Amino acid sequence: MMFSAVVRLSASGIRSLARAGPSYTAPLASRCYSHAKAETDEEFDARWVTYFSKPDIDAWELKKGMNTLIGYDLVPEPKILDSALRACRRLNDLASAIRILEAVKDKSGPHKEIYPYLIQELKPTLQELGISTPEELGIDQI
Amino acid sequence: MLTSRALIRGLQSSLWRSVCSTSALQGSHSKVVDVIDCSVPQYNNRLDTPLPDRPFVKHDQLSAEQKKLKEKEKASWKSLSKEEQLALYRMTFELTYPEMRKGSDEWKTVLGGVFFFMGFTGLLVWWQRVYVFGDVPHTLSDEWVEKQTQRMIDMRINPVNGFASQWDYEKKQWK
Repeated sequence: MMFSAVVRLSASGIRSLARAGPSYTAPLASRCYSHAKAETDEEFDARWVTYFSKPDIDAWELKKGMNTLIGYDLVPEPKILDSALRACRRLNDLASAIRILEAVKDKSGPHKEIYPYLIQELKPTLQELGISTPEELGIDQI
Repeated sequence: MLTSRALIRGLQSSLWRSVCSTSALQGSHSKVVDVIDCSVPQYNNRLDTPLPDRPFVKHDQLSAEQKKLKEKEKASWKSLSKEEQLALYRMTFELTYPEMRKGSDEWKTVLGGVFFFMGFTGLLVWWQRVYVFGDVPHTLSDEWVEKQTQRMIDMRINPVNGFASQWDYEKKQWK
């Protein structure tokens, strides 16, 4: 008996609140995210492709870019790697090109299907530039 | 007082001299450097740093044929054989990723060492027990413990939940 009275009271209470005017009718899905625009995947990729595409990129910038990219929680898209490999070519640095391939394979971790996909996508570039994969050089095994 | 102070200063100056002579700042020294010059970029093998700050073999430490290979690297890489590509890789990097990831068998040595010393300690403990400790008190002899237990039963030690509660006084045996 008492509970139903309480419920009735609270129900009228809610209605009276609503009648009090639109003070804080928050939308259904309200989150406390920052109002800055989040970078999309395409923007991220484009930014990195542009970074490595700099015609007069220097060795330091290549190193910094690659080390930063590997620090992210993702495996870079083939187009970013393609840009990085071409930067290695401009810097006459074959060793770094092979190292980049090793690094992304390691970055894939337990997801063994990522690296073959990357190699498949990069095959034209690898053949064009004459870069051997770590597997072809035998350094993927100890 | 004065002589000891002079002694200390003499000791300090000789120490400083020895530090100077092992310093890597003496450029013409060609002996093996134990001291690392931390003011220049270092090479490191790290999985999270694919391209370290400097190549493994420094440019001025390359042999003549390595330098020739570096020149060849400036042309099309298709002209490089697999061995040459591998040589270029090894010039720039000390360890490959699988080599970095490879563990060692050191843990077996460590565990073996631990067990060995634990065994040795066991021997020491045994020797101590036999040759150092005297006899155990007579109150731990079987005869004494029997009499003690009977007395505890007679005294009804902890009759509710403890000792005497486990003795069946009718059947005169343990429950």
